[in-house]
Amino acid sequence: MKNDNLASLIPGEKAIIDSFTDPELSVKLLEMGCTPGEEVTLEKVAPFGDPIAVNVAGYTLSLRLSEAATVKILRVGNAN
Amino acid sequence: MQRKIALIGNPNSGKSTLFNALTGLNQRTGNFPGVTVDKKTANVTKTIDKRDFEFRYIDLPGTYSLYPKSPDEEVATQILTEKSNKEFPDTVVIVADATSLKRSLFLAGQIIDLNIPCVLVLNMMDEAEKSGLQIDIGRLSNRLGIPVLPVSARNKEGIEQLEILLSTHGDLPAYRFIDASAIAKNATDLVKTEFKDRTEDYVALYRANRLYATNEKWQEKLDAVGFSPTAAQAEESLTRYGIIAQHIEACTRTGTGRSAFAKKIDAIITHKVWGYLIFLFIMLIVFQTIFYLAEYPMTWIENGFAWIQEWCARVMPEGMLTDLFINGILAGLSGVVVFVPQIALLFFFIAMLEDSGYMARVSFIMDKLMRKIGLHGRSVIPLISGMACAVPAIMGTRTISNWKERIITIMVTPLMSCSARLPVYALLISLVIPDKIVGGIFNLQGLVLMGMYLLGFLMAILSAWILHLLIKGKGRSWFVMELPIYRIPKWSNVFYLIYEKVKVFLFDAGKVILAVSIVLWVLASFGPGQEFKDVEGGITYWQDELDKVNVLDETVRTGGPLDIQWTIDSTYRISVEDQIRDLQSKKLELSYAGRLGKFIEPAIEPLGYDWKIGISLITSLAAREVFVGTMATIYGAGDDENIEPVRDRMRNEKDPETGKPVYTLAVGLSLMVFYAFAMQCISTIAVVKRETQSWKWPIIQFVFMGALAWICSFITYQILS
Repeated sequence: MKNDNLASLIPGEKAIIDSFTDPELSVKLLEMGCTPGEEVTLEKVAPFGDPIAVNVAGYTLSLRLSEAATVKILRVGNAN
Repeated sequence: MQRKIALIGNPNSGKSTLFNALTGLNQRTGNFPGVTVDKKTANVTKTIDKRDFEFRYIDLPGTYSLYPKSPDEEVATQILTEKSNKEFPDTVVIVADATSLKRSLFLAGQIIDLNIPCVLVLNMMDEAEKSGLQIDIGRLSNRLGIPVLPVSARNKEGIEQLEILLSTHGDLPAYRFIDASAIAKNATDLVKTEFKDRTEDYVALYRANRLYATNEKWQEKLDAVGFSPTAAQAEESLTRYGIIAQHIEACTRTGTGRSAFAKKIDAIITHKVWGYLIFLFIMLIVFQTIFYLAEYPMTWIENGFAWIQEWCARVMPEGMLTDLFINGILAGLSGVVVFVPQIALLFFFIAMLEDSGYMARVSFIMDKLMRKIGLHGRSVIPLISGMACAVPAIMGTRTISNWKERIITIMVTPLMSCSARLPVYALLISLVIPDKIVGGIFNLQGLVLMGMYLLGFLMAILSAWILHLLIKGKGRSWFVMELPIYRIPKWSNVFYLIYEKVKVFLFDAGKVILAVSIVLWVLASFGPGQEFKDVEGGITYWQDELDKVNVLDETVRTGGPLDIQWTIDSTYRISVEDQIRDLQSKKLELSYAGRLGKFIEPAIEPLGYDWKIGISLITSLAAREVFVGTMATIYGAGDDENIEPVRDRMRNEKDPETGKPVYTLAVGLSLMVFYAFAMQCISTIAVVKRETQSWKWPIIQFVFMGALAWICSFITYQILS
């Protein structure tokens, strides 16, 4: 498994939330149900590549790339 | 007996729909002190089981957590956690979106752990069931230790049961989600020894978090015992979701999730070509509606007031008080009410776009562009609506949650060329721009008009970017938000939003507008000295003369008996009318407004303006289009419905010293630039005051736009002359 962040997913790709690098933002994301171990799917990317929308905890969450980059993920399905 | 009920829930949980269903037209909108958050309350009397209950509902701003991330959320926190707060409820209604139960239970868990009497309302149960989600309500209620009630606020199902429950329920929750002392024992112990009123561990933990954020002494104390609010909140969230997962596992059977159809719509709406085209099309409809469709009811309102004014003039005794009532108060009221159609129409669209879930998608596709100039994806709708009228547009900025982004949007929206500038541009363009075709197909006048709109737009963008560098932000700008599922907008929600916004405008901003209108009336209708009185006397004399002429003409026409020799002589009538117009022009010149115009002449001379234009700049404060009417009075052109007579008189106006025309290309363009940038609209000022809750921002805006207008007009005039 490769360690990466949420901003690097491609549309349709699934991953598991691993950890956060921005404590302040992590509090908000955690409250909104983005807990480590939760599965996320990149649903779509806005035109011009930013922001992105992910499916998590049963709903669609949008966030800017800079915000997504603070979420460390474990990729699913392409384990080395 | 009175029962205080607070509604709280996630954004998009249908909380407002439930509030509307419970309260109807009893709701009142105010402001929470110090923040620009609508405070919606309602007192409702209900007879349940032959007993009368007085419910006092309060609608708290939507939030995901009780740890506030914005001033809006701070409000909910204060009311729910301080028992001394006068709004502290007897029972909290936690509104949960059943289709998103996990996230809703997070907020519910915090309230339960704070040991506040509450009930959980599972809204949108019908939708959840449609997607195949099954919730065992009895079991959930048992596990959470509070009543759980399924409702459909949209279809008004379950409302009565909820009211019955609320009339009696005040039990404390019989369950705790988390063991708060395990998260930060040192901190909770410390808080408990200082505050002995509450013994619950979570209350102590919660207080530790709040004290850390709001009190420097406590921050030191808590630092000393190794307390970190971010770590504690993260730990709390993790623990909470762990427990929630168990409840969900035990009480629900999951469904299929989002429909493929919704995904297809989403793909089109956020598409890089179709997305923007659809947005452009929707904005075109919104803009056209506010610009053209609103014109009809606005004309009715104006005609209606004109009719009342005429009627009053006929039946009321002549005198100053009558004049004040008719030309000061009634004219001011007309100036307030005339905005209602535009406000109602804009909020009709905003409610539809918001309720349907489209607004979030607009933010999603516009955010990157808007962020470059310090704005938010949500700034785009107010900004474009500003091309019709800044008043509703600024009222629409409440959806922008970040303070800095909201202030910038409010500050630059009035720079967009609104519909009130159009008559000014139309008059000046026809005056100084030749009516000819350039480049084979383009009308030069039309091009200049388009140029004025473009100029306003570019200046708004540029100013936003400059303000973005100047204003220091309070709190970080997030884009972390839910893209809600698509729903058909609910008519009653649309109606309540329009009702609320119109009411707020009429009663809050209306007061300021009315007051300033009266001041402007005083300035224009009174003047110092004998000369002013003489002119007034002259107007009365010639007015009487005109009345006599009318009576005699009428008698001749109907063949009635005359005791003097009289034939209808149109040249005499015209000369009387000319006298009146000349004297009215003289009266305005001698009035306080006229003196003020002369007083400011040195300041506006470098822009190419004389004192006559100065008067118009002052009277335009009531509304920009007043420029045309004032010009008509000054140049004795009478009828301000038609711009041709006033345009011709302005064209013939010569400088008394040089003998050259006053309205050259340089003056005309300089004046247009001034009207494009200056804040000459008390209605906007009043609304900015109401929306920012202080006079600070409207004053800054007035000065900033005035300086901008002066400098740009100066440059325009100096280059062209």
